[in-house]
Amino acid sequence: MKPIIKPSIAPYVLISPFIILFLAFGLFPILFSFVLMFHTWDPVQGLASMQFVGLENLAFAIDDPLVWTSLGNTLWLAVASGLPQHLIAIPLAYLINEKLGRWRNAVMGAYFLPYITSTVPIAMMFSTLFSTDYGMVNAMLLKLAQTPLFQHVLPNTNVDWLGDPKTIKPIVAFVVFWRYLGFNIILYVAAMQAIPRDQYEAARMDGAKSFQQFWYITLPQLKPIMFFGVTLTIIGGLQLFEEPFILTGGKGGMEYAGMTTAMYMYRTAFDYNDYGLASAISWMLFIIILAMTILTNKAFKGKEVQA
Amino acid sequence: MKKLLTSIVALLLIFNAYAEQKTLTVAAYPSVDEIIKTALIEWKKKHPDVDIKVVGREYADHHTAMTTALATATSLPDVMTIEYGYLGRFAQSGALEDLSQPPYRANDVAKKIVPFAMAQARTQAHGQIAIPTDIGPGAMFYRNDLAQKAKVKDAELTESWDSFIESGKKIKSATGAYLVAHARDVKDIVIRTGIPADEGVYFDSRGQSVVGTSPRFQKGFELAKKIRTEGLDAKVNAWSGEWGESLKRGNVSVQMMGAWLGGHLANWLAPNTAGLWRSTALPERAATSWGGTFYAIPKKAQNKELAWDLISYLTLNRQQQQLAFEKFNAFPALLDAQSGPFFEQPVQFLGGQKARIEWKNTASQIEPTRVFKHDTIAEEIVNAELDLVLLKGKPIDQALKDANSQIQRRARR
Repeated sequence: MKPIIKPSIAPYVLISPFIILFLAFGLFPILFSFVLMFHTWDPVQGLASMQFVGLENLAFAIDDPLVWTSLGNTLWLAVASGLPQHLIAIPLAYLINEKLGRWRNAVMGAYFLPYITSTVPIAMMFSTLFSTDYGMVNAMLLKLAQTPLFQHVLPNTNVDWLGDPKTIKPIVAFVVFWRYLGFNIILYVAAMQAIPRDQYEAARMDGAKSFQQFWYITLPQLKPIMFFGVTLTIIGGLQLFEEPFILTGGKGGMEYAGMTTAMYMYRTAFDYNDYGLASAISWMLFIIILAMTILTNKAFKGKEVQA
Repeated sequence: MKKLLTSIVALLLIFNAYAEQKTLTVAAYPSVDEIIKTALIEWKKKHPDVDIKVVGREYADHHTAMTTALATATSLPDVMTIEYGYLGRFAQSGALEDLSQPPYRANDVAKKIVPFAMAQARTQAHGQIAIPTDIGPGAMFYRNDLAQKAKVKDAELTESWDSFIESGKKIKSATGAYLVAHARDVKDIVIRTGIPADEGVYFDSRGQSVVGTSPRFQKGFELAKKIRTEGLDAKVNAWSGEWGESLKRGNVSVQMMGAWLGGHLANWLAPNTAGLWRSTALPERAATSWGGTFYAIPKKAQNKELAWDLISYLTLNRQQQQLAFEKFNAFPALLDAQSGPFFEQPVQFLGGQKARIEWKNTASQIEPTRVFKHDTIAEEIVNAELDLVLLKGKPIDQALKDANSQIQRRARR
């Protein structure tokens, strides 16, 4: 039987679905947004209404106080949600890996569950928990505030968690932290299992305690995976969108305290119909993410040289 | 090989037969899509050869999809549903048919439809770009039981904004319930009343922002601030989960919105409160509208004549308009449909009140307001400044001045 496709072109045909999808939904939008950055465009007027304006969009973005507010929020959230993810995931992963025995997989699964759950129910659950008048968190705080022990520490009125600019950011950061902690735990547990056991045995023979084993054996060998995890956290943190979007009702909350740059970019395009400006903001964000990734790379590489 | 050829030919023949059947595509959001589907049963009797595809999407998704369709001029529907909030943006696109030009007959039918809604869909540059099908005459829904407990009469709520706030204080002290969901809601009504002809809410006829100069904004901000200072608002946003809960539990005693809210309250927002609500006019008998649905035909649509035929049926057929009101709470834009037994009927949910007649009166007093492309962002900027006034005690003059310059900065683009 003759083959349907010539062997010489068969590989190309077989990988073409990916290539086509990548070109249409990956490369094209990137190039188009780059072109858009230098144009004004009102999409409802069709492609013909694109007008070249040079660097005006970029200048407007740099001059726009909301861009800087959103960048400030994004950095705050990236640090406040990202740092604890690793600082807590590493010791927790060590405990899970070393001490839990046959419960290990069940506990890891429990931590991982939020990561594979859709953001929408998660954000909805938290907005219900933190609801001002009907939320469980406020109900609990009020109950505690009535006890003599906490009487003077806790407020005896409802806290407007998602309405007060001071509390929006910590809540968003907490939700993001809670959500991605499990992912990092899995990452670190996997890396810890790759560390040869005889190193620990040798250390124990030499009288090393549990903490010393962790500090001198586990931690140094986690460095490559730490680099990987931290890079992912930085990129994810700077692109943060879903959690604050749903928790703040899609608008960014009071005083835009919960509006990240990705959210502002989305709103500029789809709510304000300003696609040129939105593209300019997206490229600004890209430059910042790139710079941060390079810096992380440098930081981890630098230490390796010292070591 | 022969088999393959025959099956291809057979497929082509089937496809050809199928293609001869005309397909009319209608894009809509809930529950307009349901209204259209109900209407099709009758309409198809006249057009048995036409296949109809109703593409229903969620409210925001629908308008994003329509924006994309207009941008790329592909997958455009024959009949496009547009909500009032998006009208300004779509009206100035130039991509929609001028329905006052032949073969369409918008001019002939204009007299039959509520004038303010017709005017909202008319632009100088592009003519009559859409036809209104439903409108939202503003109404004040209040909890009669709470008002009675606080000995507040209907007239006190509506006489003036001051008496409205005084009533709120009485209700709060007698029942503990807030007057309104959010102080912003009051500002939203005040800035929409007494707009000079040819002006929009935020812009004058030349597209310049009036936020810094118009007394409407000054008054709106002052009232909102007073309501917040007196602790009369629940600080919840409309359509949030907390809002629904407040209405169910009776924590909010007044909700001002389009007349269609009555239906939403009865059906899903707070069905447990049946008989407790009443409807009345807005304070100072302000006549404003909330939302509204319009039908348009894209210039690049495939079946324009059929599209017009369907739009005519949906907007000008009395029975259809009344059916949409009875079943889906879509208040008719067709004047002729604003009478009849259904309007005279007492509304059970509102304690047997004949509220529909009141709503009709409001509808007849609403003045047309021009819509502008930058309305959405202007609204957002004004709300953000109001937040600063309410939360941080920013002086109102300064807030309005800042809002004005921010809007100007955007509008220049």
